[in-house]
Amino acid sequence: MRLLLVDDSATMRRIQKTQLNGMGVTDIIEAGNGEEALAQLQANMPIDVILLDWNMPVMDGFTLLQNVRANGTYAGVKIFMCTSESEKSKVVEALKAGANNYIVKPFTPEGLKEKLGI
Amino acid sequence: MNVAYVNPFVGATMNMFKTMLNTELKPGTPMIKKAPLPTYDISGVIGLSGEAQGSIALSFPKIVALKIVSALIGSEIKIVGPELTDGIGELANIIAGNAKQHLTEYNLSISLPNVIIGKDHVIASPSGAPTIIVPFSCTFGEFAMEVSLKTK
Repeated sequence: MRLLLVDDSATMRRIQKTQLNGMGVTDIIEAGNGEEALAQLQANMPIDVILLDWNMPVMDGFTLLQNVRANGTYAGVKIFMCTSESEKSKVVEALKAGANNYIVKPFTPEGLKEKLGI
Repeated sequence: MNVAYVNPFVGATMNMFKTMLNTELKPGTPMIKKAPLPTYDISGVIGLSGEAQGSIALSFPKIVALKIVSALIGSEIKIVGPELTDGIGELANIIAGNAKQHLTEYNLSISLPNVIIGKDHVIASPSGAPTIIVPFSCTFGEFAMEVSLKTK
């Protein structure tokens, strides 16, 4: 599995990467905002999963989600929001826009694994 | 003034430390901040806007901040630098994001985090907004949260 990890916090990317490595996911590409993620997506397909923060500078995660879902090239890419935005309205908004699942920070390694289904 | 709005921030802080650091926090008695007072050495600040405006700040002594972020990333950091500031900013971000699910009547948006470094710095609150200080203690040491929210 190749995973694109998108979060503006290097600390959060490090935490997630350590936890993902522990689940056997080692093919991980990182991006610090939505715009960087789009470039990484174009350069590194096939990508199976995007783990995506919501609030980021330059391009936020929701805008990236909409961009990816509007492009048929990426139809097979699973997108998991992973954000501190915990309100029900945000979860519904993301799922309606095509997110496969929604992970609220803070999370445990077990919780992350369960949501990703790996 | 209804200071009950501080409770979601206390709960979110305790949940954050329990979930990601496996650490139980002991909250102290909340106090109303009556004048600009110096805080600790490093503060993570998140702005709140919407039907209410304000901010949440988590303020740490340097040694406590270093211990907490080291535990978060699973690797010891010894100096105040980008790793520390990013970690403290992300802590504040997660806590603010979690707390606002319990404050839906204010339709709050949260800003990207800012981190202030400097001994005895002062965090000023929006004009007229009451600021509540909540002290916390845990195995890493002591720190404080300042919540300031002005409702319309």
